[in-house]
Amino acid sequence: MRSPDLGFRVSIGAFAAALLLVVIAIGFTLANDSWLSLQKFGLNFWRTSTWNPVSGEFGALPFIWGTLYSSVLALLIATPVALGIAVFISELCPRMLRTPLVFLTELLAAIPSIVYGLWGIFVLVPAVRGVETAMPASLRTLPLFSGPPLGVGMFAAALILAVMVVPFTSAVAREVLKTVPETQREAAYALGATRFEAIRAAIFFARTGIIGAVMLGFGRALGETMAVTMVIGNNPQVALSLFAPQYTMAAVIANEFTEAANALYLSALVEIGLVLFVITLAVNALSRALIWSMARQLPSKAAA
Amino acid sequence: MAQVQTRYIGFALAATLLAACGGSNTQPVTANNSSSNSSQTIQINGAGATFPYPIYSKWFSEYNKLHPNIQINYQSIGSGGGIQQVTNQTVFFGATDGPMNEEQLKAAPGPILHFPTVLGAVVPVYNIPGVTDELKFTGQVLADIYLGKIKKWNDAALAKLNPGVKLPATDVTIVHRSDGSGTTYIFVDYLSKVSPDFKTQVGVSTSVKWPVGVGGKGNEGVSGLVTQTPGSIGYVELIYALQNKIAFGPVQNADGEFVKASVDAVTKAAAAAATTMPPDFRVSITNATGAGAYPISSFTWLLFYEDPKDKAAGKVMVDFMRWALTDGQKYCADLGYAPLPGSVVMVEQAALDRIKVS
Repeated sequence: MRSPDLGFRVSIGAFAAALLLVVIAIGFTLANDSWLSLQKFGLNFWRTSTWNPVSGEFGALPFIWGTLYSSVLALLIATPVALGIAVFISELCPRMLRTPLVFLTELLAAIPSIVYGLWGIFVLVPAVRGVETAMPASLRTLPLFSGPPLGVGMFAAALILAVMVVPFTSAVAREVLKTVPETQREAAYALGATRFEAIRAAIFFARTGIIGAVMLGFGRALGETMAVTMVIGNNPQVALSLFAPQYTMAAVIANEFTEAANALYLSALVEIGLVLFVITLAVNALSRALIWSMARQLPSKAAA
Repeated sequence: MAQVQTRYIGFALAATLLAACGGSNTQPVTANNSSSNSSQTIQINGAGATFPYPIYSKWFSEYNKLHPNIQINYQSIGSGGGIQQVTNQTVFFGATDGPMNEEQLKAAPGPILHFPTVLGAVVPVYNIPGVTDELKFTGQVLADIYLGKIKKWNDAALAKLNPGVKLPATDVTIVHRSDGSGTTYIFVDYLSKVSPDFKTQVGVSTSVKWPVGVGGKGNEGVSGLVTQTPGSIGYVELIYALQNKIAFGPVQNADGEFVKASVDAVTKAAAAAATTMPPDFRVSITNATGAGAYPISSFTWLLFYEDPKDKAAGKVMVDFMRWALTDGQKYCADLGYAPLPGSVVMVEQAALDRIKVS
């Protein structure tokens, strides 16, 4: 009895350790292969904005900015929609509609990103351009909407990311809402809560899981490559304007890696990968910390 | 360093290619030199530029029909990748749209030879509402547009080139390639030759720091943006423009003649350069002189070691090159490539003797 138990523990432990090893190995390889660039640019890599393969000057700031800006915008758009879908499916949806709705949102997640990108170029970008040109001139003077109406740019990228993130966030949020015990809702109704109040209580109960769902969407948005590079305009600049063409870290790696023929250039591109890795880790750690702190609050509140 | 690069090229390969190519990409040659080669299958692997991929794959498949025991595999991973793979000797031959520079040549374990195979060209495409006439360009005007100096379509410089065309006072939206590309290399090589400002501010590479504009991924990304954006200008490969029936304008060559790109005009540009061809064939033919020569043209090259480790494969590739330079050129027309001028073929035939196959 004991020895198979031990064998099980060891083998499962080995799988878990393997995962950890893979992450460490990725970090090590990225750092090792970007050594040239790490040495040459140091911390300046994070804060300079020149990206010039001809003169060999590399700074990642516009890419870091573009990645974070587009992902945050995408989350702002996607989170309410995704939560709405999740709440509707798990709480309000007639049984008849549930399966087709679940199927459709999961279908969205299965579409390859190149297809999203093509749809972006031929449908979304002209539509965004239409909105931009129709915008009154007084609004266009705001820094948020400045620049020529190109269609491609930050706004188109955020929209396409939002569409891609929604199925992930809503699927996880739906599962989390499913785990809310029926007693919670019944208790709310027993206290005379309206339907809205009962759902609010359920969401509150599931909030750590929902934040996890949102962070999953964020992670997906940070790393999305193909669809974004097709609509973001690929111009490395730090700009607040939603209509300005910008660039992301994943996009520049995808665009320039195959033709990067000298060592420093290649190393700088690998360092972009390293920066993306570090930022993704930091985002995940932050969301973990957030969930922990909320989970700690929960029993104390229940006790109070 | 070499190892680091190998590893990354491995990643690039894995990502770019279909699983179908199996594990053959790292195994240089499976030739058997113990007995007669006729019954043995010889596999040779190469990698590099994407631009000539359609004609190379046509050549390799036709050559395989003529010599069923010879199988040449080519992976279009980009010129940069091709140069690195051949430097690291993970493939037998490489292919590139821009010649290797001195630094890259020095990094290779042995002397590498360049052999031009076909020609390509880059054309300016534009979309100006209300303008149906063909717009003429000079190199200087194109450089100024891409430097952001010419901001409106009715700029005096453009108007002077195109009398009679009613140019609107709209903004110029500049579209360039976002991915590293031989197409960009040819285009900026030309602009740097005709505009000293462009040379100092931008320079020549497969990816550059563009002062203005938006980036589209691939020829299709650039042409997609141009067709959709009123008042835009971009540049695409001639083949792409021809196959997709995209209108483009003539460009003034070094003799002052306005030439609209065509397969003939590109071959003429190469013929003009043949007289001054350096023995290593590493020559830029942009801004060519000569009647009817299109100025934004370039060779694309195959890369071989002068003294290949695998002599059997070397011999096969030399034979293949002799075929590609003669009979093989007839496939150019169908695929939209410009064939090499006869004068270049003659010089190359002689140069193939430099590859040590025994």
